[in-house]
Parts: sequence; structure tokens; C-alpha cells
Amino acid sequence: MNIQSVRRWFSRASDLANEFYNAPYRSAIARAKRDEDDLFMLLVFSEMMGVPNPAAYYTLELQPLMLERFHQWHQRMGMEHSPLDHFRCC
Amino acid sequence: MNAIVMMVLGLGAMFLGYVFYSKFIAEKIFKLDPNFRTPAHELEDGVDFVPTNKYVLWGHHFTSVAGAAPIIGPAIAVIWGWVPAFLWVIFGTIFFAGVHDAGAIWASNRNKAKSIGNLTGDVVGKRSQTLFMIVIFLVLLMVNAVFATAISGLLIKFSSSVVPVWGAIFVALIIGQIIFRKWMGLGAISIIGVLALYALIWAGPSFPIQLPETVMGISDNAQWVLILFGYAAIASLLPVWVLLQPRDYINGLQLFIGLILLYGATLLLGPEISAPAFNSNTPEGTPSMLPLLFVTIACGAISGFHGLVASGTTSKQLDKETDARFVGYFGAIGEGSLSLATIIAATAGFATLADWEAVYSSFGQGGVSAFVEGGANIISQGLGLDVGISETLLTVMAVLFAGTTMDTGLRLQRYIFQEWGNLYNINWMQKALPATLLAVGSCLLLAFGAGGADGSGGLVIWPLFGTTNQLLAGLTLLVITVMLVRLGRPMYYTLLPLIFLLIMTVFALIVQLKGFYDSGDWFLMGLDLVVLVAAIWIALEASAGLTKLRKEQKAQKQS
Repeated sequence: MNIQSVRRWFSRASDLANEFYNAPYRSAIARAKRDEDDLFMLLVFSEMMGVPNPAAYYTLELQPLMLERFHQWHQRMGMEHSPLDHFRCC
Repeated sequence: MNAIVMMVLGLGAMFLGYVFYSKFIAEKIFKLDPNFRTPAHELEDGVDFVPTNKYVLWGHHFTSVAGAAPIIGPAIAVIWGWVPAFLWVIFGTIFFAGVHDAGAIWASNRNKAKSIGNLTGDVVGKRSQTLFMIVIFLVLLMVNAVFATAISGLLIKFSSSVVPVWGAIFVALIIGQIIFRKWMGLGAISIIGVLALYALIWAGPSFPIQLPETVMGISDNAQWVLILFGYAAIASLLPVWVLLQPRDYINGLQLFIGLILLYGATLLLGPEISAPAFNSNTPEGTPSMLPLLFVTIACGAISGFHGLVASGTTSKQLDKETDARFVGYFGAIGEGSLSLATIIAATAGFATLADWEAVYSSFGQGGVSAFVEGGANIISQGLGLDVGISETLLTVMAVLFAGTTMDTGLRLQRYIFQEWGNLYNINWMQKALPATLLAVGSCLLLAFGAGGADGSGGLVIWPLFGTTNQLLAGLTLLVITVMLVRLGRPMYYTLLPLIFLLIMTVFALIVQLKGFYDSGDWFLMGLDLVVLVAAIWIALEASAGLTKLRKEQKAQKQS
């Protein structure tokens, strides 16, 4: 039994513990994160919905980056295509 | 008889049950297929559906189903002597719980990992689904009221545990932050967390805390109940990673440590069982063993709650279908072994029969505090720990289990209220805070309404909680049986447990109904009636559904 095998054993145990810690709550946490991401997306697209956004100049740059997530969002909300006039999706 | 004999017999029987009976059930009845594409693979999304290592999955399944209930039930039921409780736990685990749990995972796995509630709607019928929601709500309501009462009783009796019990919450809060901010790896954190908890337990007896006997006319018992619900309400509103997740994790570790300590101490000490095998000298007011034994021990022999866990989360993470045998059946065995440890503690932990009878002076007495006292005697004599520290240790174990169940239970109840708000377009009910208040309010109503102003109502409804839990198990068994019949496979391995459960539950409900009527307890009588109607309804649905199915199959054969 040398120090390396102990270390390997410990890191394996730590991995299993990690899984044991995270797995039961993975979905609850992912869902909470998704809600926050949705809120952020709302900020990015706020101008299009008529909500003035002082940071519009900067958030405009983010729009293309959000394309993928936007697609997931409108499908999740039960809309087949993009609901925004100036932002076509699929 | 020596407790080691009971331990070896019990663990041996459950092990044989796993090796032979579960193999038979898995291969011949459920026909688990290693090549079946499980929902975890088919619908993998990295969130809900994630194929998980079977040992890790077993770990969650076991720690989410094993809580305070498999301790409280057997600890009350040994009042009829240790043999009946022992036999029901062992045979219940082998022939009922194991099949039920593995079956629930299998049924859900074969139906896109749907929950048993939804499956009931698809497989049996819409009416049964409505019934299912009602039964779940009743189970949650009762579990919260019962556990609050049990915890407050323990905190008063073993005041040395107050500091470690509430301290554990702070330990969990700190651990949650450390892990969330990734300051340390989990291996190191687990060791530090457990050490911190045990340091608190060690310090507990030096700082006992007792609440004043009455404050504004509220007894100390009632004060703890109110404080506990206040805590549970706040905890259930916090994001899960802040408190619930680290608490669950520490509880999981604590469960394994507690089991090892109890069984280890029993092996080293080899105590004689001081309780009678069959108690012919039961205290006055003890109800008859048949049928009450079968509802007093629900968790630990068979419990409907397992079906919710098995179909809600476990089935979504099943890597291979054949893992259902290990995760479900062996998970049930894990819980059975906790109940067995409880029976040993509550029957062999007392020096003489007179000592034991003094603790079990009336029905509902003894219970979980007998587990703590008896278990502490065994641990302190077997391992040389101080009695006060051993008592604190076991109290903390029981209270933490019950506490976590309470904040999860309240959270689930809140979801139900919010869903109702959605369904009936009641706007205020859809918000988290009012829904939580409603949930707390209904639980308090039960805790105080059932037992008077001192909030001792919880333990009065323990057997009623058992019946509701068994009904839930009955519904799950019904779903599994219907699926088996449709596949043309033998149905008796799930149908016989189902019939047995329904008979015992209805029988117990009628016995209790008479008891509540005689004592003029109208509130509980009403509750009992609701459960009774649900039970009879399930029996009718089951027989109608199965007869129809058999007729259809006969007609098919003829054509």
C-alpha cells in the first residue's frame, strides 16, 4: 500500500461522493438555472417587445449567441416558430 | 434468546431473499432485459434523465426511502412481543417490499419513466389517478404531523440533543456553501462535516436546553411543534442546494454510520432479548395485534412511499434494466435492516423484563424513545461510549431523518396546492409563500386537532398514517399486476400481497373507526372514514379492472 494507491482510492471515493451528492438534485438545480437564463434572455430581447432597455447597444451583440437557446425556449413554451417579428428563428 | 441470533437470522433470511427470490422475480416475472433501452438512455438530457452507476443509484434510493418511519413503526409494534414484529419485517421485506420497489422501477422504466401517479391514469384508469392524488396528499399531511410530534417528544425527553440537532442545520448550511462555491472537494468535506456533527453530539450532553414548561399557555411540546413547522416552512422555501441537499447528504452518511454502530455494538456485546417473544401481558388499551401490526409497521415491511421515489427519480436514472433488481430489491433490504436494528434496540437494550415493561407502559408509549434508550444501552456497553453521548447520537439520527422528511414533505405539499391553484385558476394559491402557509396550516390543524392543545396528536394518527401508506403501496401493486396480466405473465406474486394489504388495511381502518367512535374523537373518525372510502374504492377498482382484463383476454383466445 503506497501513498499513490491511497490517493487514487481517495479520488475515486471523492468522485462517487460527488455523484451521490449531486444526482438527486440535478434536475431541481438545472430547472432553477433555466429559469434564470430565461429571465436573462427576456432582458436581451426586451426592446423587441417594446420594453426600453438602456443597455440595448450591448445586448444586441448577444442576440446571435442566444439563437440556440432561443430556439429551445420557444419550443418549450409550445410555440412552433419564433413569436418575435424581427427575430426569425426556424 | 440472544440478539445476535435474531440479527443473524434476520439478515441471513433477507440475504437469501435477495439471492433467490429476487432472482426469480427479476428473471421469470418481470423478465428484466439487459438490452432494453432504458429511458435514461433514450431520453437522456443531462438533467432528469441521466444513466447512473447502480451503486450510486442504490445509495440515493436507499437513503431517500429510509427515514424515521422504519424506526418509529417497529419501535411501537414490539409492544406485542418481538416475534410478530420480527416476522412481519423480514417476510414483508422479502415478499412484499422488495417485489413492490423493484416492480415500481420496472413498471415506470417500461413506460418512459412516468411516475406511478401518471401510470395509474394510463394503466388502470382516470378515476384511480384522482384517488392516487388524494391518497398522496393524505400521506404527506400525516407524515408531517406525525414527525413533528415525534421530534418534539424526543427533543424534550433527550434535551442533550437540542444543540446538535439545530447545530447540524448550520453545519449543513456551511457545507452547502463550500460545495457550491467549489472551495473544497467532497471527500474532504464529508470527513469535516461528519467530524463537526459528531463534535456537536459529543458536546450536546454538556449543554442541555429545555424550553419553559408553558409560554402564554402553550406547553413545551406544542412550542416545539410550532418551532419545527416554522423551520420546515422556511427550509422548504429555500433553494434546494442551500440546505436540503447538504442535509440529505450528511443524513445519508449518518444512516450508514448509525447502522454500522448499532450492528457492530450488538455483535460485540451480544445482549439477551429482555422483551417477551409474544407479549401476553399487553398494557390496557393496546389494540389487537391482528390487524394493527400490519399498519403500525409500514415502512420497513412495505411502504407506498417507496413507489413514489422509485418511479419519480430512480427510474429516470436507471442505466440498465437489470439494475432494477439491485436498486429496488436491495434498497428495500437496506430499509428492512434498519427496522431490524430498531427491533433489536427496542427489545434487547433493556436489562430486565420489568425495565422493558416500564418503558412500554401503554400503546404508543416507548416508540422511538425506546429505540433511543435501548440502542444507547447497547452502544454504550458494546463500544464503551458514554450513555448520554450514545443517547444523543441516536436521537440526532432519528430527528435528522424526520426533519429532512418534513421539509421535503412540506415542499411536495406546497407543489400540490400550487397545482390546485393552477387547475382551478386561483391566482394567490399559485405563489410559493401562500401555498406553503396553507400546507403548514393543514398540518398544524392535524397535529393539534387530533390530540388537543399540547400537540401530541401526531402519534395518535400513526396507525392511520400506516394504513394510508399501505393503500399507496396497494395502488402501485395494482399497476404492476395489471401490467403483468396484460403481458400474460403470472400475477400472483404481486396480486397476493395486494389482497393481503387491502384486507389488513380495511380491517385496521374499521377497528380504528370503532375506537375513535368509542372515544368520541370525531375529527379522527372523519379522517378514518375518508381513508376507508379510498381503500374500498381501490379494492373495487382493482377487482373490476382485473375481471375486465381477464374477460378480454378470454375473448381474444376464443377468437
